[in-house]
Amino acid sequence: MTKKKDVLLKIRNLRIEGYSNEHWVDIIKGVDLTLHRGEVMGLIGESGAGKSTIGAGAMGYARDGTRISEGSSVEFDGMELTTATESERRALRGNRIAYVAQSAAASFNPAHKIIDQHTEAPLHYRLQKRMEAQEDAMQLYEKLRLPHPHEIGFRYPHQVSGGQLQRAMTAMAMSCRPDLIIFDEPTTALDVTTQIEVLAAIRDIVDEYNTAAIYITHDLAVVAQMADTIKVLLKGEEVEEAPTEEMLDNPKEDYTKSLWAVRSFESPQRQRPKGEVPLISLQHIDAAYTAGPKILDDVSFDIYAGMTVAVVGESGSGKSTAARVITGLLPPQKGEVLFKGEPFTPDYRNRTKDELRQCQMIYQSADTSLNPKVRISEIIGRPAQFYSGLKGAALKNRVDELLDLIELEPALYYNRYPPELSGGQKQRIGIARALAAEPTFIICDEVTSALDQLVAEGILRLLDRLQNELNLAYMFITHDLATVRSIADEVVVMQQGKVVEQGPKDEMFQPPHHPYTDLLLSSVPEMDPNWLTTLLEERGVDNVGDAAAAKIAT
Amino acid sequence: MSLFVIGYYTLILAASCLAAYFNKRSAFLLLFSLTLVSFVLGIIGGVGALKFVVVVAGLIALSAMVSYAFREFLITLSPTGVAKELRTAPLTAAFGMFVIFTYAIAGIFAPLIAPHGEAAVISGAFAPADENMLLGADQLGRDMFSRLVFGARNSVGLALTATLMAFFLGATAGLLAAVKGGWFDQAMGRFADVIMSIPSLIFALLMLSIFGPTIPVIIVAVAIIYAPRVFRLTRAVAGNVVVMDYIEAAKLRGEGTGYLIRREVLPNSMAPLIAEFGLEFCFVFLLVAGLSFLGLGIQPPTADWGSMVRENATLISFGDITPLIPAAAIALLTVGVNFVVDWMLHRSSGLKE
Repeated sequence: MTKKKDVLLKIRNLRIEGYSNEHWVDIIKGVDLTLHRGEVMGLIGESGAGKSTIGAGAMGYARDGTRISEGSSVEFDGMELTTATESERRALRGNRIAYVAQSAAASFNPAHKIIDQHTEAPLHYRLQKRMEAQEDAMQLYEKLRLPHPHEIGFRYPHQVSGGQLQRAMTAMAMSCRPDLIIFDEPTTALDVTTQIEVLAAIRDIVDEYNTAAIYITHDLAVVAQMADTIKVLLKGEEVEEAPTEEMLDNPKEDYTKSLWAVRSFESPQRQRPKGEVPLISLQHIDAAYTAGPKILDDVSFDIYAGMTVAVVGESGSGKSTAARVITGLLPPQKGEVLFKGEPFTPDYRNRTKDELRQCQMIYQSADTSLNPKVRISEIIGRPAQFYSGLKGAALKNRVDELLDLIELEPALYYNRYPPELSGGQKQRIGIARALAAEPTFIICDEVTSALDQLVAEGILRLLDRLQNELNLAYMFITHDLATVRSIADEVVVMQQGKVVEQGPKDEMFQPPHHPYTDLLLSSVPEMDPNWLTTLLEERGVDNVGDAAAAKIAT
Repeated sequence: MSLFVIGYYTLILAASCLAAYFNKRSAFLLLFSLTLVSFVLGIIGGVGALKFVVVVAGLIALSAMVSYAFREFLITLSPTGVAKELRTAPLTAAFGMFVIFTYAIAGIFAPLIAPHGEAAVISGAFAPADENMLLGADQLGRDMFSRLVFGARNSVGLALTATLMAFFLGATAGLLAAVKGGWFDQAMGRFADVIMSIPSLIFALLMLSIFGPTIPVIIVAVAIIYAPRVFRLTRAVAGNVVVMDYIEAAKLRGEGTGYLIRREVLPNSMAPLIAEFGLEFCFVFLLVAGLSFLGLGIQPPTADWGSMVRENATLISFGDITPLIPAAAIALLTVGVNFVVDWMLHRSSGLKE
């Protein structure tokens, strides 16, 4: 692959300020960036590192409440964007610089057909006539391997799946053949099997049109597949920049090394205790929401005391519904849940306090699972007060003890409200609330998927430590196989409401697999920069992602 | 051409030029359009019209200064947390707070402030204002100013009680409906629809002619009329809250409905409810005034702004503004409350940028 070495985008000393608490605070503290034609640069870092802000800044755009400060320079193809007028900048956007957002579902206008949104930019800039533009769109859809390329554009966004929509959005960004595309976490919201298709499509099309791209993500393995060079960011400052291979093999800075090391945590695998009754046992459960199709179809699995069972599968596979059946939010249509060999009351409203206490839940989004108007002391204290009847000093001691347990300083956090905490701290409060009930079994519903890798790692270590200290059983719902590898003892793989495979973790990660498990495993990106190329060669482009999943299901 | 006119145009032109020179775009636009309007006004209305403009501008400047000083006063007095919030209040909100504050003082200390009794006849009918009577006398020779002050107590007190009751009924039903759901929700919703389908004034007149125009009946009638609106809003707001994970967590913990409503749902639906309280208060106030005007509200000789407008209405045909004074009192309070409500809505809707 030969790349023209002329500079397309040159950012010098970019500083972006945000307005908060009546002061202007630096969000980006002087970042330099040079992007050549046809080059793909990966921007990685934790949330809050300023990745997206830099991405927007590359278009000369600052979001509401932020501004690009003086002395910054963003030069796009010889044109200074920071001093250009708004109409000059507008003329570039969509035409020569395009943007692909994280959530395609939220970025498409639901009231217009996909192809009408696609042709909007070429028509606006008078590059093509409507029919030409539609013809061109269909060609792009074909290149991106969307099914039925000649008719898919005439659907509305809600009639198309998430992965397809993300590809349609990439096609839309391509509609004017821009010189630069900014991808802002385009695959973060997708399942692994879908992600792979989108990645392959993006890579092909960027290569074919020799488009330069800035690829923003927090997933190292993904960026390793996509980028020629990687830039690591931390709190608005550059940590280091190097070509992908060099960066992966030989990171220089400590922070980069710590990012690389994240995936190393692995808790030792426990074995099922012999001759014991399982703590929770699902027996041939069928479940459905009122008058809908069956979500769970003959699901059975056991969870033993003190062990972690990971339930994996794509979205829509029925993982969360299984959790709702156990908690009693959705009584099963058929089959029953056994707790220590005894039937567990199906509806949570009929359960006794003790039954309710046994089974606690930690939610995916700490933002919606903690009441923003209630103090931490009450959030954690309420279960203790409710179940154990603690009052006054005893209650305060218990809350302090729980805060200690989740490694937060009691004196600092006792009187705070959830919005004053970071994402990881909120998730820890969620854990403390579950522990306050003194349960034997905790359902963890995607607890780490909304968190940065370093923070998620801390949460996993905490959960593992608590499990050892308190002999807890976890049902760990996740779609992230790296998490499974680090914390699970047993794995249950679900597809379309059925359990396709289950067993101890080390067996699950060894062949032979069920074809679906195999597909899931092989779709997890690896740090090897040639992984995607190798995989596509091995399996063929038509045998990855949704297409393959559909084949297995039938 | 008088000195006043020359001074007027010189001043306003100088101010527009200064604004233009210092690049104050909006100030310049305002001042210069005022200049252009003044040319026309001066030709048509003469010196009188220009003087009117000056008086209006002076009044606006005066109320702006009062609002500013009042806001600074509140900021100095209140604790740090509240002070920080108050600092975000625009001048209009401060003006609204000042108006509410004044009315509250007038209402609470009415017997001390009013120079004469509420029903005391002290002069002839429709006597003009003199040093004894600030605003003249009404149709029975009672002091207008004293009645205005007592009216603040009666009218505002009644509207406040009725609004509080409407909120108590509506919010309780709305929260229960949102948390319970199912048939209870449906039943409450349809019941509210039935009440709302009856025209409010007719409903109030009906209730008052059946049970007699006493104060408890007025309060209950008005509360019943306004409770369904509060119910709808509360149910909608709480409906968004009850689907949150923390509510599910509380339900799974086995919490009762009382705890769910009090500790989990209510604190998260408070902001729109407070804003709605201000709005409803204005509507209730106007309805009560309307009822009084029709003779079915607060009964004489109790002073009430609505009935004061009606009793003195004949004066309007003689070009006297006396009947408009209680009307202006109602308007000022409504505007003031709405200024404060606007600010609260702005804050709770997150439109801060």
